Formats: sequence, C-alpha cells, structure tokens
Amino acid sequence: MVNDMNDTTRMVDGASLDASTMHPPRPGPQPPTRVRGPVSDAGIAPTGNEANDAHPVIIDVENLNVFYGDFHAVKDVTLPIRQNEITALIGPSGCGKSTVLRCFNRMNDLIETARVEGKVEYHGVDLYGKNVDPVEVRRHVGMVFQKPNPFPKSIYDNIAFGPKIAGYKDSMDDLVEETLHKAALWDEVKDKLGESAFALSGGQQQRLCIARAIATNPDVVLMDEPASALDPIATLRIEELMYDLKKDYSIVIVTHNMQQAARVSDRTAFFTVEVGEGGQRTGNLVEFNHTSNLFTNPNEQETEDYITGRFG
Amino acid sequence: MATRPTRTQKATREAVQRALEGRRIEPGAVIFRLLLLTMLLSLLLILIVLLADIFIGAWPTLRHRGFDFVFSGLSLNPETAGVFTGIVGSLAIALFVVLLAIPIGVGAAVYLEEYASDNHFTRWIDTTVRNLAGVPSIVFGLLGLTMFVVVINTIGLGGSTGGKNVIAAGITMAALVLPIVIITSAEAIRAVPFTIREAGYGVGATKWEVIRSHVLPSAFPGILTGTVLTLARAFGETAPLLVIGVATGFFSASADATFFDKLTGPYTALPVIVFSWSRQTDPAFAETLAPAAITVLLVILFALNAVAIYFRNKFEKRW
Repeated sequence: MVNDMNDTTRMVDGASLDASTMHPPRPGPQPPTRVRGPVSDAGIAPTGNEANDAHPVIIDVENLNVFYGDFHAVKDVTLPIRQNEITALIGPSGCGKSTVLRCFNRMNDLIETARVEGKVEYHGVDLYGKNVDPVEVRRHVGMVFQKPNPFPKSIYDNIAFGPKIAGYKDSMDDLVEETLHKAALWDEVKDKLGESAFALSGGQQQRLCIARAIATNPDVVLMDEPASALDPIATLRIEELMYDLKKDYSIVIVTHNMQQAARVSDRTAFFTVEVGEGGQRTGNLVEFNHTSNLFTNPNEQETEDYITGRFG
Repeated sequence: MATRPTRTQKATREAVQRALEGRRIEPGAVIFRLLLLTMLLSLLLILIVLLADIFIGAWPTLRHRGFDFVFSGLSLNPETAGVFTGIVGSLAIALFVVLLAIPIGVGAAVYLEEYASDNHFTRWIDTTVRNLAGVPSIVFGLLGLTMFVVVINTIGLGGSTGGKNVIAAGITMAALVLPIVIITSAEAIRAVPFTIREAGYGVGATKWEVIRSHVLPSAFPGILTGTVLTLARAFGETAPLLVIGVATGFFSASADATFFDKLTGPYTALPVIVFSWSRQTDPAFAETLAPAAITVLLVILFALNAVAIYFRNKFEKRW
C-alpha cells in the first residue's frame, strides 16, 4: 500500500513538472506539491482538515434509497458531507456513486422514472421537501460533469449565463473576471472571452465548466468524474483547482481513480454493487472514513480488496 | 490431436511477404461498384436531360424578353405575357406559410420533444403527424375547398371569388407543410445533446430557460434548413391550388382595385401558370413560355435552397 502511494506521488511530481514546463505563465503561486496534501512520502499526512471534525455537516444523507422504475439503484446510504472539505465517492462501475451525487442537487429529477426515498438535508432543509424548487437547489449546489460540456457560446457567456438567470445585477464583466481568476483560467482566456468555448482544450473546457459552476456563487460543488476525459496534466490542474476551491466551497467528487481520491479528498466513501436475486445490481455504501484512514487502514475487507486492486 | 502450427512457427521473411503482398481482385465487388456508378450516372443523366430540355425551350423567350418576362403580368398575347402575377401569388402564399406553418410547427415540435411525456397519446400524435406528411397534397386541396374557402367566405373575406382566393390558398399550403415543419423541427431539437441541457439545469436554469437559451439556439440551424425547404415545397405545389380554385386563365385586377380587392380577388401562382400555359393550344405558350416560366420557378427554388444552406453554414460555423 505504501508503495502504491509512493508511486502515486512520483506520478504527480512528474506530471506537474511537465505541466509547469508546458505552461510557464501559471497564474499565482501554486506549488503543485500542494496537491499532495493528503499523501506524503510517508504515505499518509494530515490534510489540515482531517483531524477537524468541527467542520459542520452541510449535506446530511440518511437511509437514502434511489429507484429507477422498479430498479433499486442505491440502498440505504448514510453519509454526512462536511463544509469546506472534499468528499470523494469511489467504487466500481454501477455502484451508484453518481446516482447518489445527483441526489444532492436533484439532477435525478431529469429522469422521469427516478424516485428518491430517505433523507437528504442541506443545512437541515429536506432537499426533497414538498415546497423545494429544484431550480433553487441547483443554484446552491452547482455541478461539473464527466465530459466537459460548455455551452456552444462564448467563454464569457458560459460564465455569465448562470448569474444572469439568477438575476445578478452588478457588473457582469467583474464577475466573469473574478470567477475566471478563481478557476485559474483568467490568464489563459482573458484575450479571447468572446471566442467560442469549444476553441479551448479539453482541460481548459473543464476548468471553464468549473468556473461556470462557481459563477452562481454556490455553496457546494458536485463533480461527477470531472477528470476522467482528460490527460494526466489537465487532471492535475483540475485537482489543484479543487484543492484551492475548498476554502470557499464544499466539494463532492465522484471518481473512478483511487489515486485521485487519495490525492485530493479529505473523506472518502467507498461503494460497491450487491448482486441480488434475479441479477439486480444495487449499489450500497461499504465504508465512509477519513481518506487517509480508508486508504491505509480500512475497516472493511471489501474496501481493502478494492483499494489494493484485488477486485474492481 | 494434431496441433496446428502457429503463425509464429511458420513465419519466415519470405513466407510473410508472400502472405501479405499481392492484390486481391473480387469480380463481384467490381461489378457491384460499376452497377452503383451506373445508377448514379443515369440519375444525373435524367436530371441533365430534363434541365437541358427546359432551358432550350426557354432560351428564346429569356433572351428576347429577359426581365420583361419576369416582371410582366398575365396576357392573352404571347408577346407580352409574363409571370409576375404568379410570382406575386406564390410569394403571398409563401408569406402565409411563414406566418402560420412555421410558428405553429416549431411550437408543436418544442412541445412534443420537451414537454409532452412519453405516453400512448403523444406517440399516437407523433405517428399521425408522420402520416400526415405523407398524405397526397390534393387531399389538402379538398380540405381547403371544403373548409378554409367556406370559413373565409363566412367571415367576410370571400371578396369577388367567394373565398377561392389567396388567403384560402395560403392557409391550405400552410396546413400541407405543417407536418413537415413539425418533423424537421422535432428532429433538430432531438439532436441537441443531453449534455447541453444538463449543463443548463446544472447552473440553475428552469426548463424554459434551458429551452430558450440552449436548446432552441442549438437546434436553430436544423429548424431553419427544414423550414426553408418546406417553403420551397409550398412554392412548387400545384395540385391543391387547382382544387381550391386558383385562376387558370387570364385575369387582371381593375385599376382602382384596393388592397383588399386584390387580396380577396382571383390569384394565380407560378406553378399554376406553368400548368395552364402548357395546356394552351397556341405553341407560343406551350412550347416557349411554359419552359421559360419553369426556369423562373427553378431559379427561385434553387435560390431558396441556397439561402437554406447559407444560413445553416453560417449558424453552424459560429461556434
């Protein structure tokens, strides 16, 4: 396990070296080593947040069950998401981690047959309460998707759309600039704000999507495998960005990449698939813990099998 | 059991070269390819012969009369007869199509694709619309005659023609192309990727905002292409107009006719002029003026298609 971690660390260092040679004018002082937060040469390190259970719970999930028609997709998930932390949801394909993530901003509502049972409370308010407007929920809980999906509009309009429909009245130019700074994209795009977002590289597009998500000033940012379509360098930059953003936001990330979870997250939830009778595959939460604990000293045999690569 | 020697065991440089080199000739493939090419060429040949025949017939008129032919009204004298009355009639019909069929059609398509839930009723509507698109145009002519003409006459827009005027023709033509507008618009809307909608909802847009700001702009080039092509269809249709009483002979509006008189009076359309001229016994009409009118019609149709292509490219290239 420790060896695994060292490999990871080396990979990160190598990649970041490349990244800095390829993009010399990096905005602001961002030592790439910061990404290694949770992982040091020793294999484990405090994240700065890790011992701090004082971070209040921002989204409280209890006994969450999700169904698509008759299909029971996720079973009995209980999971507190804490403020200003990065919470990673990991597990094999089909384990329901994306489904759980999409309950946090009611994105599941877009699927006609989806049904959610159990408690999803945001600051104590039931997100699935009778009078809750999913549109308002999504302004508080932003989202970044697996494939970069900028609007087929200019870079500027990609950022400005969310605030505009939310009724933002102050200077839009200032907001766009501030948001792009936050997303560490300003220096790369400041001269081409009017150009199509599709003119950007995949990694830049994804950072634009992150910028778009934070432009509406959300509280929580959900990321559904945000780096799975990107190369290692672009991935690294996304991870750096996430690490910066957790000062202001709470982040929940779904990832297939265990090293990524180990690198960026404070807490990790490990999901698996249970194959029931009749071949129904239902996802359930196996273990939720501090990332360093989960990766070095998992409580469950299943977790250990997965993170050591014996399964999945 | 004897094991087959593996490729690696047999591989020498010569053996591999023998195996990899040499061109294979498949007689079937060659014949099939020639057959396909023949089909394509015969299609082109038919088109070229058709166009050449029309153009040869039209050339003397177009050369001697030029724009005078395009901008002259109907006349019993082949020396002065022109197609302008028909162009005006066709444009008026097209205007009705633009004003009626496009908003109704696009609106119906947006509702079907974005709002209607997927149940038996919407699937039934979808099938019906598709079937309507295949209904022969003359049937729409009967609809126009028994319904639109009567209604227009009842509400006092009948004028001197008793309802058999360009208003009835325009509404009939709009009804004729409506299913096509719905189908092409629905397809353009369906082609907008789900990820764009997801992105819109993700930043807190309502359904209406997602449709207005993302779905419709993305679908716009497709909708535009479809609707311009339906406009071309409306321009070229003849049969329904004949059924609902288009003027096939000579007429002219009196000098003191008001706009209302002209709107409700007799009218004709470009393809109808082609139809009536080609039935004339006077060879000057049938053999020279009819091809010239066809040429004008074709030029307008090609121009409409060119506009459709131009706009599609323009809006697709933008992003």
